[in-house]
Amino acid sequence: MKRSNFGSPWLPYVLVAPQVIVTILFFLWPAGQALVQSVQAQDAFGFSTHFVGLSNFSELFHDPRYLASFRTTIVFSAWVTISGLVISLVLAATANRVGKARVFYQTLLIWPYAVPPAIAAVLWAFLFNPSLGVITYALGRFGIIWNHAINPGQAMFLVVVASVWQQISYNFVFFSAGLQGIPRSLSEAAAIDGAGPLRRFFDVVLPLLSPTTFFLLVVNVVYAFFYTFPVIDAATGGGPVQATTTLVYKIFFEGFQSFDLGKSGAQSVVLMVIVIGLTVIQFRYIERRVQYG
Amino acid sequence: MIRRFACLALTAAMLMVGAPRPAKAAPIEIQFWHSMGSQLGVYLNDIVDKFNASQSDYKIVAIYKGPYDQSMAAGIAAYRAGDAPAILQVFEVGTATMMAAKQAIIPVWKVFKDAGVPFNESAFIPTIAGYYSQGNPPRLISMPFNSSTAVLYYNKDAFQKAGLDPNKPPKTWGEVATDAAKLKASGMPCGFTTGWQGWIQIEEFSAWHGLPIATENNGFDGLNTKLVFNNPTVVKHIALLQKMAKDGTFTYVGRKDEPTPKFYSGDCGILMESSGSLGDIVKYSKFKFGEGMMPYDPTVKGAPQNAIIGGASLWVLNGKSPEVYKGVAKFFNFLKSPDIAGLWSAETGYLPITKFAYANLQLKGFYNATHPETPIQQMLLHPPLPWTRGLRLGNMPQIRTVVDEELENVWSQKKTAKQALDDAVSRGDDLLRSFQAANGG
Repeated sequence: MKRSNFGSPWLPYVLVAPQVIVTILFFLWPAGQALVQSVQAQDAFGFSTHFVGLSNFSELFHDPRYLASFRTTIVFSAWVTISGLVISLVLAATANRVGKARVFYQTLLIWPYAVPPAIAAVLWAFLFNPSLGVITYALGRFGIIWNHAINPGQAMFLVVVASVWQQISYNFVFFSAGLQGIPRSLSEAAAIDGAGPLRRFFDVVLPLLSPTTFFLLVVNVVYAFFYTFPVIDAATGGGPVQATTTLVYKIFFEGFQSFDLGKSGAQSVVLMVIVIGLTVIQFRYIERRVQYG
Repeated sequence: MIRRFACLALTAAMLMVGAPRPAKAAPIEIQFWHSMGSQLGVYLNDIVDKFNASQSDYKIVAIYKGPYDQSMAAGIAAYRAGDAPAILQVFEVGTATMMAAKQAIIPVWKVFKDAGVPFNESAFIPTIAGYYSQGNPPRLISMPFNSSTAVLYYNKDAFQKAGLDPNKPPKTWGEVATDAAKLKASGMPCGFTTGWQGWIQIEEFSAWHGLPIATENNGFDGLNTKLVFNNPTVVKHIALLQKMAKDGTFTYVGRKDEPTPKFYSGDCGILMESSGSLGDIVKYSKFKFGEGMMPYDPTVKGAPQNAIIGGASLWVLNGKSPEVYKGVAKFFNFLKSPDIAGLWSAETGYLPITKFAYANLQLKGFYNATHPETPIQQMLLHPPLPWTRGLRLGNMPQIRTVVDEELENVWSQKKTAKQALDDAVSRGDDLLRSFQAANGG
């Protein structure tokens, strides 16, 4: 470890203070509030608040629809993470191979990230709108009836596509950077040893990319769990029935549509525990297989 | 560094104290949070400007706070933080939540009384005022403002092509089924569709057939209410729609307004939607269309009864000075004046809220083919029964979602009508119980 010397003993604390303040204000404080609310029952305006112990939690785990939203979340997150990583890796690897036009392709591929998630979702929802959508119309020509208002599979497909489309840009940036950081000499040496392009990719490039891949895996899982809420809200509203109601969407619905802060808080706590658990697992077990350069 | 902190502290202090107020003549500002987006917002601002120009004591500051669910959430959050607007527009399904918050609101009749502004409650259309009234005798708790009801729109050109009489919209549900089948047979991709299924096919349907939606007069008489819309009449109706969905004569495309484009694009021949959708339909449809009353089941005695409303009303939140509420009373008085209420109704397609505004529009010869009188006629068809004044159920936004989910199970043929409605009722009852518990009922 490198030791740095600061002029004043207070300076380091001052320098990290903004980050600490932001963390306390926007992460620790709300998380603490969620913990408190999760053991309370409260009316919308907050006039009567009483302690209810763990009854919010026990109600949750007796609700088959809440349990079903776990499955929905897992399916959704798996689709978003896996397809997002695979597609962006393929794109980054191929963009890395083209010569002069590389910057052009990279720009185009990074572009979608500039679109706010809610707008991206509205865009996709428009394309696939059961009444007016361009894609709906085109699919109709081929005899495929697209109606995600009633078809759960199609609804899931729609929210996955809308979520992945945005995340691909993010993943692409990191994969591209990662690929550029791999010395050409290694690939060339493998080529001289007689390895084909695919073999070179899987045996040389991919292991060297593993820190990037691991980082993106964590980020993408967190993204799918937390940040896909606007997409689901704008594209399907959690339906049909509850086919696209993920854990985070349920929290929003319970808290901001129904003003049931107790249940919403309890769900937030559950989600918090899950994500802490997932992150621990990822760092303890998956990270071991990661080769840092 | 220190100077910057000092500067910040000073700014903060100024914000807390509030900007210095000029000694005299400045009008009292009254915050009004609403959800009237796009064209509706233009019309609303126009009316607010008219009020502000009509006097110099008060200034209404109208602020768009997003769609209904968001503005309500914003209003409640602001109230909890001690920074609420004086006037908050809340959609009809939020009515019970607002009424239960007795410590947060001032009943609108009291606002008028305290301000010394005369308030004739019987001037309002009874089926509109009833929705927002409470007590014995019932007094208005919130100010009726934008109310709509459900009507049937049909494509006259498509009716002609299918060999149906373009001047005869289907009157009964049996006719809807046969007309939709004929439209479909004439080559239309979709015969019948409906928006807001919970509101239109269950709540409006029940009132139209003189049936209660929940006990305790739909929740008007207390929090200890239970849902009853799994009765044989509603089950029969939902079963008919299920059969139509199976035959392909009813196409379901979404929970809210998604079906409207399906109608004005010419795909669907018959649409049930809010009367407030008229503007879009007039604007986008390239065919002759007509408006009919909601269909009914002729085997039900006393049907059709009366329609109930959707839309929103204006709530007065407490915690401000008496002068502010005086201004609120004057503004509300202005809103309900026949000219302004009539103008609002004429521009937006919402119902006229008072009898005078309605009479005014009739006198001016306002009603014609593009401005049908159907919605208001439905409201006035019969004096409302105690259980067809509307509904006042806690956790109503969630109950609507439960109904949406269960009906989607019916349209996709996963559940029978009976099973789905039974499930909706039992899930809805759980939500009513938790509302009752949270509000000390």
